[in-house]
Amino acid sequence: MTVYPEMTAAEIAAAIAARKLTAVEVTEAAVQRITENNALLGAFTDFTFGRARAKAIAIDADVADGKQVGPLAGVPFGVKNLFDVAGLRTLAGSKINRDLPKAKRDATLIERMEAAGAVLVGALNMGEYAYDFTGENVHDGPSRNPHDTTRMSGGSSGGSGSAVGGALVPLALGSDTNGSIRVPSSFCGIFGLKPTYGRLSRARSFPFVASFDHLGPFARSVTDLALAYDAMQGPDADDAACTTRGLEPTLPLIANPVSDLRIATAGGYFQNNLFPEAVEAVSRVAKALGATRVVDVPEAARARAAAYVISTTEGASLHLDRLRKRPNDFDPAVRDRLIAGAMVPAPLVDRAQKFRRWYRAQFAEIFRSVDVLIAPATPCTAPKLGQVNFELGGVELPVRANIGIHTQPISFIGLPVVAVPVPLEPLPIGVQIICAPWREDIALRVAYALEKMGVAAAPAPRGF
Amino acid sequence: MAAEALDDYIDAVSKALALPVEEAWRPAVRANLEVSLRLGRLVDEFALPDETEPAPIFTV
Repeated sequence: MTVYPEMTAAEIAAAIAARKLTAVEVTEAAVQRITENNALLGAFTDFTFGRARAKAIAIDADVADGKQVGPLAGVPFGVKNLFDVAGLRTLAGSKINRDLPKAKRDATLIERMEAAGAVLVGALNMGEYAYDFTGENVHDGPSRNPHDTTRMSGGSSGGSGSAVGGALVPLALGSDTNGSIRVPSSFCGIFGLKPTYGRLSRARSFPFVASFDHLGPFARSVTDLALAYDAMQGPDADDAACTTRGLEPTLPLIANPVSDLRIATAGGYFQNNLFPEAVEAVSRVAKALGATRVVDVPEAARARAAAYVISTTEGASLHLDRLRKRPNDFDPAVRDRLIAGAMVPAPLVDRAQKFRRWYRAQFAEIFRSVDVLIAPATPCTAPKLGQVNFELGGVELPVRANIGIHTQPISFIGLPVVAVPVPLEPLPIGVQIICAPWREDIALRVAYALEKMGVAAAPAPRGF
Repeated sequence: MAAEALDDYIDAVSKALALPVEEAWRPAVRANLEVSLRLGRLVDEFALPDETEPAPIFTV
């Protein structure tokens, strides 16, 4: 049985549990595929192959002994290099962090993935300190789009998008502060889950904007996404923002019908500043779900503005000492944004935080009559690497700052979102399935229905 | 704000925070600050009740 990398995580785990495949075989196949293709894709920055082989041997021993193995037994996965991995330096895409001591303990989410049987094979490229929507990195080179390697993977979890979209691994973890899971999912044509703020522990991951930082999984199938998400849920005293809610497994619910759900398309702001491919993708999803209603989201532009202000100032605060001592070791573009962020007057930040509450109340009202909102994930398919401007809404605008304009007003108030890939030609593009807080189960259910209808699918990589 | 006035502000905050801004970086820092202040003004213009609390967090 040598079907990796085409097999899903669920299929790999089932085959290993059924003794049709060994974890060692799967791990070696992953090592080979990564070794052969990483130089082109730029997805991984560190490999943990020795650790992976040891874990695989242990899983095979458990299977041989007749022990119960986890739902992700033998499934290879990678993590954005802002997750602590014991024995590695937590780069967070930077040069400066290369001087940090090696992490002594894995991030909580890695521990939980491995407790479910998953096998960590390495750490993944990302935009410096997660302040990025492109997937480019001046220190490690760009992570590249698996469908056209001259194009962006999307950031900041670009390596995660590239690795999963390129079928180097069936699962990866990333972070999303303003769109950094949803943007790479869109550009690389894969499924990504940004859970409710506070749902998954961020313990032992390098932060960016404490108010907005989320961690979550990427996969090429909704079942795999739910499997990984369920494996990572649970309270964690090591993350002050992590919920104390109990586990709410989603996998048993994803195949439930969606006919009883009230689904609408987000209007106004979310229907503007789109290339035709984004309009087409949203339209296909809405039509498939029978969503004829359009709901206006009030003040979304202001929400995006407030998210921008909070991000740049909290980011500046986080890096203030590094900006003083090692300004020349930053990516200059990141440094100059952060320095400017340090200079924003405090009352504007306080007002932005207060606006969050007002804006959240508007969404609470929307969710009284709607279960699901559909919105574009990105304004366009993946731009060319290094592309500086694009014409949006008749105006020439900088690419970097505008890729996330449709994701920022959603993460701003921590709503759960599944980014679903619509396999348009020549490149895929994502659509956001947005739900009320704590209703990841509904977002995954809708994503699963779209996958079964063939409207959402992760296309096979064809850029290499 | 005029570029000159913003440059004066950048110089003052740079000193207050002991945050170096080399001349070569100034145009980019100024451009980024202009964006941040423009977006900040958009938030500032929105009237909110005095009792408004900051930053909802969804933890329970």
